[in-house]
Amino acid sequence: MSAPPALPRWADVGLIPLINVLAALIVSGVVVTIIGENPFEAMMVMIKGAFVYKGSLGYTLYYATNFIFTGLAVAVAFHAMLFNIGGEGQAYLGGLGAGLVCLMFDSMLPALVLIPLAIMASAGFGAIWGAIPGYLQAKRGSHIVITTIMFNFLAASIMVWLLAGRLKAPGQMSPETRSFSPNAELPFIHDIANALGMEMARSPLNLSFVVALLACVGVWILIWRSRLGYAIRATGHSAGAAQYAGIPVSTIIIITMAISGGLAGMMAINEILGVQHRTILGFTSGYGFTGIAVALMGRNHPVGIVLASLLFGALYQGGAELDFEFSTITREMVLLIQGLIILFSGGLAYMFNRPLAHFLGFLLTPRHAGGGRRG
Amino acid sequence: MADLWLQFLLTIDATLRVATPLILCAMAGIFSEKSGIIDISLEGKMLMSAFAAAAVATLTSSALAGLVTAIGVSVLLGLLHGLASITLRGNQVISGLAINILASGLTVTIGIAMFKQGGQTPNLSRAERFRPIELPFAEQIGNLPLIGPIYREVISGHNILVWVALAAVLFTAFILTRTRFGLRLRAVGEKPEALDSAGVSVAKTRYLALIVAGVLCGMAGAYLSTAHGSGFVREMTAGKGYIALAAMIFGKWQPRGALLACLLFGFLEAVASRLQGVDVPLIGEAPVDLILALPYLLTVILLAGFVGKAMPPRAIGEPYVKER
Amino acid sequence: MTDASQMANGGSTSPLAIELSAINKSFGDVHANRDVNLKVVSGHIHGIIGENGAGKSTLVSILYGFYAADGGLISVNGQITTIRNSADAIGKGIGMVHQHFMLVPNFTVLENVMLGHEGSLSIEASAQKARNVLNKLSEDFGLTVDSDMIVENLPVGLQQRVEILKALFRGAEILILDEPTGVLTPQETEQLFDILRALREQGVTILLITHKLKEIMAITDDVSVMRDGEMVAHLKTAQTSPAELAELMVGRKVLLEVDHTPAKPGVPVLQAENLCLTTANGIDHLKDISLTLREGEIVGVAGVSGNGQSELLDVLSGITTPTSGSFRVGTNEITTQRPSDPAQLRRLGVAHVPEDRHKCGIILPFSAAESMILGYSGTDEQNQGWWLSPSALEQNCADRMHGFDIRPPLPSLASANFSGGNQQKIVLAREISTQPKLLLVGQPTRGVDIGAIEFIHKQLIALRNEGCAILLVSVELDEIMSLSDRILVMNNGQMVGELAREEADEQQLGLMMAGIGAEDGITTSQMRAGS
Repeated sequence: MSAPPALPRWADVGLIPLINVLAALIVSGVVVTIIGENPFEAMMVMIKGAFVYKGSLGYTLYYATNFIFTGLAVAVAFHAMLFNIGGEGQAYLGGLGAGLVCLMFDSMLPALVLIPLAIMASAGFGAIWGAIPGYLQAKRGSHIVITTIMFNFLAASIMVWLLAGRLKAPGQMSPETRSFSPNAELPFIHDIANALGMEMARSPLNLSFVVALLACVGVWILIWRSRLGYAIRATGHSAGAAQYAGIPVSTIIIITMAISGGLAGMMAINEILGVQHRTILGFTSGYGFTGIAVALMGRNHPVGIVLASLLFGALYQGGAELDFEFSTITREMVLLIQGLIILFSGGLAYMFNRPLAHFLGFLLTPRHAGGGRRG
Repeated sequence: MADLWLQFLLTIDATLRVATPLILCAMAGIFSEKSGIIDISLEGKMLMSAFAAAAVATLTSSALAGLVTAIGVSVLLGLLHGLASITLRGNQVISGLAINILASGLTVTIGIAMFKQGGQTPNLSRAERFRPIELPFAEQIGNLPLIGPIYREVISGHNILVWVALAAVLFTAFILTRTRFGLRLRAVGEKPEALDSAGVSVAKTRYLALIVAGVLCGMAGAYLSTAHGSGFVREMTAGKGYIALAAMIFGKWQPRGALLACLLFGFLEAVASRLQGVDVPLIGEAPVDLILALPYLLTVILLAGFVGKAMPPRAIGEPYVKER
Repeated sequence: MTDASQMANGGSTSPLAIELSAINKSFGDVHANRDVNLKVVSGHIHGIIGENGAGKSTLVSILYGFYAADGGLISVNGQITTIRNSADAIGKGIGMVHQHFMLVPNFTVLENVMLGHEGSLSIEASAQKARNVLNKLSEDFGLTVDSDMIVENLPVGLQQRVEILKALFRGAEILILDEPTGVLTPQETEQLFDILRALREQGVTILLITHKLKEIMAITDDVSVMRDGEMVAHLKTAQTSPAELAELMVGRKVLLEVDHTPAKPGVPVLQAENLCLTTANGIDHLKDISLTLREGEIVGVAGVSGNGQSELLDVLSGITTPTSGSFRVGTNEITTQRPSDPAQLRRLGVAHVPEDRHKCGIILPFSAAESMILGYSGTDEQNQGWWLSPSALEQNCADRMHGFDIRPPLPSLASANFSGGNQQKIVLAREISTQPKLLLVGQPTRGVDIGAIEFIHKQLIALRNEGCAILLVSVELDEIMSLSDRILVMNNGQMVGELAREEADEQQLGLMMAGIGAEDGITTSQMRAGS
């Protein structure tokens, strides 16, 4: 049998991701038990930390914003069957782009011009950092997985060199730029809410969350309703068919990677314009890789990605709470859970398909004799 | 002049020490990838083994026990990757990535639970580590002009694992070209159907390849924490697994080529650390970060086909399925 | 020979090399083998014939251990056994030459033959043993190949020989050949048959899987017919005929010819001059190809696959740019310096039904509606700029499905879920509906059931009668001969001959396909005399 057992679509899209998360949580629970803590207690702390405490939902959504961007990036590339592992580097360079625009123009331009410009710059820099591996794959046959991994390291080196060198704020020791002026800041949601008369706890959640949601809509329209999206999906499913159809496969690969890189680059606006208000070292902190998990769980569809981003946002925020409340558990626990989720939903992907298919078959097939023969 | 020569030799000496884990991982990568399995989890296996080796060495005061445990852990991770790639026919890139992230999380989590030092293991004493092996007459020969220091600095004074790494290259080349297992391994990476229709199990051959790869990565990890270093520090692999991957590709999936690439990349790292803070004529302060980025840049340039072609095994990355 | 073995058995039955009883095998909903019985007499050449998709390959894959049957018994040389994998099959003396060769391209012949049966842990020692065996096989059966050649550099006929050597090296006494002649010229096929006869002399039992009636008649002693997963007949070849076999294969009387009124060719639609194609690795796929296609005619291109026909289609459809030479479509000239692409050629009225519909013609995971615009997704058919309206797509598809009787008529169904014939009809509907001036068609009925074959052939004739020029590439000589008004033959990248419909016969075409004929100046009567 060559294909994994067929599951009804709702099970494949809805149930399996849930089962994967459950499996990951169970294994993590075992690890927690081994190190001597109560996994159920840990779970409660995580849930409260993510949703219940004051400001926690805001934090969760703030994290989710990052994942939506990086998740969309991976998903778009995946529709062309391209593995963009370079979200980290693309986001990092996005931060460079936004930073440069703000550093150069924040005293000259009003917020309404400056911020869109910075957003475009972050997308643009990310797009370039994605398009180069895309070009190398399309025109020179270099495997995109390896080149994007290399480009992550190259981006890190460049950023360290710049932030400790030419871009460093004068008179400071830490490798980061000076703070931007207030008109380069994306407003916090809690500030907007308070201005509108609503009570809302402080959190880093800012307007970039809205941009992320708009990006979701945009990606959906692009992939499933546009001619470019058709060309991207055709290329992803069958390069031979795309070629036959006169679709310029190389160009599509490069364009797709540019869009993907641009989306990853936009992750920077959350951190740089929304929270830090300056470009700092390492602000991507693994979010690029989480984007891969999010895209996998979300089945490369914007709706799934939003849901998966919420899950991971909750994990990160809950993980911070875990770190705070338990002396023996740190944020690395979240890395463990994340790794397990990626493992179950990507590597061990078909582990649960067969048992589930059998189970559903048992549950759903009416019992009568002679089922299954071809007429 | 003699001083410059000595400095150069010390750099070569450092190169060997830095390149050792790269060489071991690159050979591991060759075994996996030649058999058709993409393995980007060299990093994670090495990290996990480094932790295991240091933890067990701390508990048992025996570096050897640490090494054996490290190998065991790495083989287990390799089998996990095999389960995902071979038996369940999942995505090999993602499985590798997952193992890397898992390792990052698990090492610190267990480390804190066991030693409560923020993820590190306690400092290992000289007795608990692999010690440098001074070859006979190192001091005396070392006093000879010019060639003496080569013997004293570069050849003598390495611990056993460095020699094991060099032996691993010979071992890999021998297995691949002279043995039956090597023939089958190469076949299964190019055209698994050929092996299957000959009556030999594709899955078993690939699993064996992953086990060998696991052993080699385990040694690399143990080297990092109990030979080169004196304990485990979080994220201590710092991308070496990826550099080993790059070296393997740079070496076109051949043991000798990969060895040369590892030595080159090791040399770059050794030079970079010696140039830290040093002023280089014309440029000013040595751009250490950029030098450290050179291995990655060189690999991209190779992959772009500017320095010859890098052809991976034909059937790599494709889960083997019998066609209808 | 039969009498001796009859007496030895003391009964009326000859010893059976293979006996299969009630073999059943399903893949999900598809019941590929249903209660299949088979008796293969030792030392005979036994043919299994059936259409594509009848279940022949599945059956022999079970015999060779690739699949496990869901039910039924297998007995080899009189003993009931289980064959769990290829190693078991090989152990019982069963060897298989697959349709798609199982050779490691960058290994030598020797390494390929040894693989899996080296005989020792060290390659040195194994190689020595293997060379000795290969020499003996060469002497015994005339199967000679240079052991140290890299397999991917060998011509296809020799690669097949390596496959046979592999099987014999492993001690096969029962040899299964799955569609062995698809890649051979008629003459190479004869050579293969000579080898098979030599093997039979030595007592090797041969199981020949094919869909070609002529081969069954030419070489087999017994024949079994499969249809829709079931065995429907077991016959002695000498006692049957192609017509009877065809009827058994299909279940009804088959029209082996299509109604064909003479063509009335009009103005030239395509003129190609000295097209050459050399790929990066230095291989000349096309050498000075010149041809003219006129309105209202079907020109068939005959030839064994791999002689440049696929490349010709790729060049004329714009997928590949020629290295030199040019071709003209209407007033547009396409050269290396002014290359074209499939999109532009479509705009010029050139449609293309590709040879490999799974790879190029449709996109399996796409819905039928989306496959129905493949190649036309950039034009304004769906009447809005960058936007693809799902309802417009669905309507378009529904119309086409109705016009071409595509079943099931569900635009939202994934293309993969249509049968081969219906998938081909989707491709054809799409390409024909644009009312092209020129239709390039490759292997139009490969993997298609007979009902759809008839439909497709009728569509092509109708299209030609409306004035379209059609270039038909096919490895099925019967198809070429029944549809074409003119037949061109390609061999080794060159056009080696042209015959009008009335003059063409299979032997002549076969010789041309092998590169013998027109260029050697042999006249038609000389060829006939020499037969």
